[in-house]
Amino acid sequence: MIATDLILFYLFSIVLLGAAVFVVTSRNTVHSVLFLILAFLNAAGLFILAHAEFLAMILVVVYVGAVAVLFLFVVMMLNVEYGDLKEMKKRYSLMGGLVGGVLALELVVMMYTWKSSPEAFDLTSSPNSLYKGVPNTQAIGNLLYTHYALIFQGAGVILLIAMIGAIVLTLRQREGVRKQKVGNQIAREAKDSVRLVDIPSGSGI
Amino acid sequence: MMAISLDHYLIVGALLFTIGGVGIFLNRRNVIVILMSIELMLLAVNINLIAFSRFLEDLTGQVFALFVLTVAAAEASIGLAILVTYFRNHGNIYVDEMDMMKG
Repeated sequence: MIATDLILFYLFSIVLLGAAVFVVTSRNTVHSVLFLILAFLNAAGLFILAHAEFLAMILVVVYVGAVAVLFLFVVMMLNVEYGDLKEMKKRYSLMGGLVGGVLALELVVMMYTWKSSPEAFDLTSSPNSLYKGVPNTQAIGNLLYTHYALIFQGAGVILLIAMIGAIVLTLRQREGVRKQKVGNQIAREAKDSVRLVDIPSGSGI
Repeated sequence: MMAISLDHYLIVGALLFTIGGVGIFLNRRNVIVILMSIELMLLAVNINLIAFSRFLEDLTGQVFALFVLTVAAAEASIGLAILVTYFRNHGNIYVDEMDMMKG
């Protein structure tokens, strides 16, 4: 009998790798983004098989819900011409194949010569045994808000900087557009706009 | 009966990383696909981190993967913002013609 989690593992990883290949080779960029979403969903499945439920959900929410949709928006906003993609592929497939082959070869060599150190288990800083009977999300929360609180704040700062940077980069002040300037309106005072005139009785202004 | 081992995850991670790396070379026409290839490579890194977290029974790997996800999201947003600005100025996003700084 073959374990069902092994079957699920093979299903998720084959679909993941297939989707990744289509992301890279697809002619249409919109199709690439859709295959990227498929790849992320299957990676979330792999994460669940590795007992990392919280990260699987984060992957679905952040990546599929935010990053992939952002990609989709940008792809549809930019009018990308596909051009002579086939000729391009031919020109770079040799180089790409070479680099990919070398990279894959190195990784395979690493995989078969690599051995886990016997002391590796003693070096774990937050072993699972500390979190027996605690859900994965709660365990990560316990860790994140105690040991890694400072780094967690740093991640927040990184996201804030990324947000401000993206806004600054894409904000465009257009000429000749009449916009409401709230700051000027608030800064306006009575002495700038109201003129008091003493009118002597019996005469006009 | 076989169970999922660390090697299973490492092989998937290595293949995914290689596909992402080849994708950068293959798509010299379109920066968006290069950004997506980088996302795939970061995903491969995350798979490795989570696999080691599972098989060394240490939760730190998952925390680190969370930070990698954060940085990847920030990188994607900044990259796409740069792309939109570039497209506004040049009208295309061909990688071959990005030689304004003559690097």
